[in-house]
Amino acid sequence: MSEQVGVQSSSLTERFPEIILPDSRTGYSGFLVKPENLVVVAQALRDEMGYDYLSSVTGVDYLPENKMEVVYHFYRTIGGGALVLKTQVDRENPVVPSLTPLFPGAEFQEREAWDLLGIRFANHPDLRRILTWEGFHGHPLRKDWKEPFFEEEAKPFKSRWPEGHVYRAEDKNPFHDNLQYPAGFDPEQWSPETDELLYAGLKRVDKSDDLLTEQVVVNLGPQHPSTHGVFRMVVVLDGETVVDLKPIMGYLHRNHEKIGERNTFLQNMPFTDRLDYVCSMSNNFGYALAVEKLMGIQPPERAEYIRVMMAELTRFLNHIFSIGFLLNDLGAFFTPMLYALEERELILDVFEAVSGSRMMCNYFRFGGVARDIPVEVMEKIRKLVFDRLPRKLDEMDYFITNNEIVRGRCEGVGVLTAERAIALSASGPVLRASGVAYDVRRADPYSIYDRFEFDIPVRYNGDIYDRYLLRLEEMRQSLRILRQVLKDIPDGPILSGKPQYQVRVPAGESYGRVEGPKGELGFYVVSNGKPNPWRYHVRAPTFINLTSLAEMCRGQKIADVVTILGSIDIVLGEVDR
Amino acid sequence: MITGSGILRGLWTTFRHFIKTYLEDLRSGKKRYFTTEGIELRRSPDVEGIFTIQYPEEKLPVPEEFRYIPFLVYDEGDNGEKEIRCTSCGICAKVCPPQCIWIVRTNDPVTGKPIPQPKEFYIDVDICMNCGFCAEFCPFDAIKMDHDYEIASYDRFKEHIFDLERLSKPASYYAQIRPTNFMREEAARAEKEAQKAAARKPAS
Ligand code: SF4
Ligand code: SF4
Repeated sequence: MSEQVGVQSSSLTERFPEIILPDSRTGYSGFLVKPENLVVVAQALRDEMGYDYLSSVTGVDYLPENKMEVVYHFYRTIGGGALVLKTQVDRENPVVPSLTPLFPGAEFQEREAWDLLGIRFANHPDLRRILTWEGFHGHPLRKDWKEPFFEEEAKPFKSRWPEGHVYRAEDKNPFHDNLQYPAGFDPEQWSPETDELLYAGLKRVDKSDDLLTEQVVVNLGPQHPSTHGVFRMVVVLDGETVVDLKPIMGYLHRNHEKIGERNTFLQNMPFTDRLDYVCSMSNNFGYALAVEKLMGIQPPERAEYIRVMMAELTRFLNHIFSIGFLLNDLGAFFTPMLYALEERELILDVFEAVSGSRMMCNYFRFGGVARDIPVEVMEKIRKLVFDRLPRKLDEMDYFITNNEIVRGRCEGVGVLTAERAIALSASGPVLRASGVAYDVRRADPYSIYDRFEFDIPVRYNGDIYDRYLLRLEEMRQSLRILRQVLKDIPDGPILSGKPQYQVRVPAGESYGRVEGPKGELGFYVVSNGKPNPWRYHVRAPTFINLTSLAEMCRGQKIADVVTILGSIDIVLGEVDR
Repeated sequence: MITGSGILRGLWTTFRHFIKTYLEDLRSGKKRYFTTEGIELRRSPDVEGIFTIQYPEEKLPVPEEFRYIPFLVYDEGDNGEKEIRCTSCGICAKVCPPQCIWIVRTNDPVTGKPIPQPKEFYIDVDICMNCGFCAEFCPFDAIKMDHDYEIASYDRFKEHIFDLERLSKPASYYAQIRPTNFMREEAARAEKEAQKAAARKPAS
């Protein structure tokens, strides 16, 4: 892989000798580029060098240097490592050209960077706040922004020990006193702007030469049983046909990343469980990889096998769960769902026995896992993998795949073409159902995935039905990996080094990514050598996959919107963070 | 394929599920419900038919590693007094991710030097995220994760900050809920003691 990096850097610096500078800070990699040259370079990356996939866009507030940095991770969909591009701007008035016209997948991520860090993206088609609400004051991920009940910059707080006289935050600082208002602001008088701006951004069809039917704006959600959580979609309808759609999220926003920057490195581990709370093991995996890269440690063999085992069990339970939900959305009310839940419960029993909790597993540690798997649990996993799960999967297949209603409602609905899927930075099953065989486990192998034999299933129609079939096939492949894991798993330690609660993480940046069940899950971590991360960013796959929702829904019937959303498989804990 | 056969297949699958419950009931007789054996049967990988555990009449047994709210372990002295294991070293309070552990260390009234014992110990259970770090990193095996998950109460302001009294539970309880862990720790402790004794001998 290092060879490959060499090739990239020389061709990029040759192509732009004046413009591109290698990032020479210790622990950093990638290239620095001036904002005014960003678009040219990005275009060359996409059109000349094959970096067609802009995976992650995020910002970092370097307060001591008075700089804002925007970090871009580019990949090739044919596989390989990242090309990291960075651009720095002044902190007071940060303006960076938007890459959304080139890579539409950057749209939501740039909005997020604007919302949380206050970086403006010139030429962005719709630069509004995305996770916080319109009336929010300030940009919370800036290092000088303080939350209500702010106590100290970093945990552990001094007030807890040795003079830890307990109090409740809300007693000391009652409601209303815990808010910061801009000068001259009267909360009693203020009323939020209406959603004019949002509605104005929606496309309408030109009807001058047609029947004069009215186009109506409909709000689906936020409290709608089919939105899989608190999620809102605004649709413009022409009759029953969707003309345009915009998703609105953030109802579950808790500023996970700010919490993460107050936490120590280890303290973040249980918080990652709460992102995509269906797949906490995968979340642990991604975060552990990112920090291990920085620390330069490797888990022992047995731990690697256990990790892969947990990640694949998670993939299985997530996919079967999402198929169940999809059927719910199609109107098969809860019967298939409950069949799926049965298998999920059995896997959760395993998780509970090894980690102590069914959903909030908190099982991975830097350099291994928290504890070994008891013998009887291993036996149970064997029984599940070799006997029950394949059987139940076939039953699910028999039960659903050729059902006329399923086919009638899913085939040809919610289509996303391969080209658009790449441009919109879709990942996971959504991307692969559109005909792009891109799976991080193969494209950029991590942990020990290069040792196993498995296929990356691909489907080519890009509709709901293909996403369903793809998930089914992926479960089969997961079982295949699991069988190999169970055959080969060695004995030995499960943690390298001693368990530590205060890990030393050298200064630098790292990006750890895994192929989560819902797509590419990445963690971008910046350390400045202190016990707390300077920057902690989550590339949430479902959040970014939602960028393609509008594309899939345009021209479809309103009743299908719910199913299309279900086929993307979102979890609001992760979307809203 | 004939139109409608897919739907018929689906109905057949559902029907089989439905029938299986009754077949299982017939086969295992009375013991299928409201018995420990029946619950085990219904959560094993071989289960067929109905799956539901009828909480609260029936309860799923939790595995040993199950974690809920932490508690403080005390050993019982010869004449029944509580010897709390905690030395108020503060590690748990430092590692706790949502910072919900509050400890006041005891100071010697005469010298003002710290005594290895907590004067006050609080856990705000509304904030505790049940992560288990405190138990994992306590060097004295003094804080452990409880199995009791039925702790709902009527008044969150009065009852949800657990104090030293409320948090303390005897080592025998710990041994009962986590037998393997307990044995392992006791063995390690005994070995340490033996080593200490061996090291002391030549000196005397
Ligand atoms: S880590 Fe253990 S000994 Fe130290 S204060 Fe906490 S409970 Fe007490
Ligand atoms: S379980 Fe976790 S959150 Fe709860 S008190 Fe212990 S360390 Fe804190």
